[in-house]
Amino acid sequence: MHTLKKRTTVLLMGIGLGLTMACKDGENTVKENSEEISTQATVSQEIEAAIDLPGHMVEGEKVYTQHCLLCHQSNGAGVPGLNPPLKGTEYVVGDKDRLLEIVLYGSNVGLLVNGSVYSNAMPAFKMLGDEDIANVTSYIRNSFGNAADPITADEVVAIRSKIKE
Amino acid sequence: MKNNFNIMLGNRINYILAGIVVILLMSCKPETKPAEGAPTLAISTDNAGLSVPEGFGVIKVADSLGKPRHIAVTSTGGIFVKLREPINGEGILYLEDSDGDGIAETKQGFGNYGGTGIDVDDEYLYASSDEEIFRYPLDNNGKVSITSMPDTLVTGLIARRAHATKSFTLDGKGNIYVNIGAYSNACQVQDRTIGSPPMMPCTILDSAGGIWRFRADQMKQSYGEGMRYATGLRNVVGLDWNKTDDKLFVTQHGRDMLNTLFPDLYDAKTSAELPAETLYKIEEGDDAGWPYIYYDQIQKKKILAPEYGGDGQKTAGENAIDPVVAFPGHMAPNALLFYTGDMFPEKYKNGAFIAFHGSWNRAPEKQQGYMVAFVPFSNGLPSGDWEVFADGFAGTEEVLSPNEAAHRPTGLAQGPDGSLYVSDDSGGTLFRIVYPKK
Repeated sequence: MHTLKKRTTVLLMGIGLGLTMACKDGENTVKENSEEISTQATVSQEIEAAIDLPGHMVEGEKVYTQHCLLCHQSNGAGVPGLNPPLKGTEYVVGDKDRLLEIVLYGSNVGLLVNGSVYSNAMPAFKMLGDEDIANVTSYIRNSFGNAADPITADEVVAIRSKIKE
Repeated sequence: MKNNFNIMLGNRINYILAGIVVILLMSCKPETKPAEGAPTLAISTDNAGLSVPEGFGVIKVADSLGKPRHIAVTSTGGIFVKLREPINGEGILYLEDSDGDGIAETKQGFGNYGGTGIDVDDEYLYASSDEEIFRYPLDNNGKVSITSMPDTLVTGLIARRAHATKSFTLDGKGNIYVNIGAYSNACQVQDRTIGSPPMMPCTILDSAGGIWRFRADQMKQSYGEGMRYATGLRNVVGLDWNKTDDKLFVTQHGRDMLNTLFPDLYDAKTSAELPAETLYKIEEGDDAGWPYIYYDQIQKKKILAPEYGGDGQKTAGENAIDPVVAFPGHMAPNALLFYTGDMFPEKYKNGAFIAFHGSWNRAPEKQQGYMVAFVPFSNGLPSGDWEVFADGFAGTEEVLSPNEAAHRPTGLAQGPDGSLYVSDDSGGTLFRIVYPKK
């Protein structure tokens, strides 16, 4: 069963690669992690997601829609001058600890995101459960053209205990 | 021979093609009417992509200006533009159209600070950063010849990231009215955070969340020298002095996130509509009620904010003023201008134009309001329903996220001939709307 799925994935990977190359979205794929994750792997992830969406993408999208979408928008592009983009930024696809700190404890210092500063406060979401935080951070790391490894609930717990409240 | 024929035929085809290209190019060029002494305005054949009422036309004065916010036009037709962020150390632009076609040929810059507010009177240019207001003397040509040493009229105003811009207007009697926006959405202890309690009382109102009045002829004023003219205003970006009844009018950006912060009380659809964006007529000492109440344009009531115990129904704020116009939520009224010109048809005289920046806080619903609205006025109060005056700034039917909008109206100014200028801080374009005589 597993082998069959893998074989289908490889096959779809090929088709997907062609399709992605033909459409514009392929260009949006974040390049920042290109050393670790090749384009092929990205496409395979996308295809895999289309067949059998990982739990963190399904659950993460729910959390995103309720708590994040209003400011960061459905396309993850944010709002000019007010709310920073989540697509194509190291703050999201880069260091996991830094991302978790911002999501759990908020930020209101005017971070420079892709060359611009955004004026609205990022609220704290420490009241959300470890699974929700893991799912939503994994979701934004793998949406809007982003591709980065997911975050686990254990990693959320580790940041919570590192930063004593 | 065959070759020659081919060459000749090729040439002929080339000529025909060249002719077609010329015709096509000519149809792309701005329409120029036959000159009869007076300069002709280069009205765009497609009104620069905007839709305006019958008989009006649009000139694209300039583009690629960066992020132009408020604008001001002098009595000689020179245009001052305030940039949100300076470009090469220049935060104010001066544009000039010397051949009278409406398109600016020259551009100069000065003022090494970003901001939003700018205005002119007969003697001075006034411009604001997020903390200060400066004044530059105008020379006999209506230009600023000494750009490096402005007077500092006001200094030390609070700017804490959110709602930091300092829009202002002049009353023509030596006073300047400045918005000091609340650095908060709804005065929670932790801004925009689920479950964070509200401040009671909201101490932000001591130094922000209102309109402060200063003198336009005194130096280095701050809170001690000014007075809080009106309070309970979350963030005002559009202000204008209505000269027909000598009153200040302001447009407030209503609060955000009713659904995100109170999902049990407001669903996403309701939260996309509420609360109203509001136009207020301001008397000295007025309180518009923020953060304790918001205005619900559907129930036509002042509703107790959920942070302060509201449930979407309970009314409150008996002492707070009502808006004179309530617009749909989140459209971001960024500029207000009372039209006193003679160019436009009679119905526009003394009425209010409002530049709406367009929403973001309606997500996941479709965004709205990338347009300039008009409110007819009579005897200093609205005399009819508001209407869309200029539309199509977004350049697309459906906007899901503001990044998709080609243009976002931000500033308004009236030219000496009665033209209406509109700035756009998304595409960096400056439009001029005219009503050519038949």
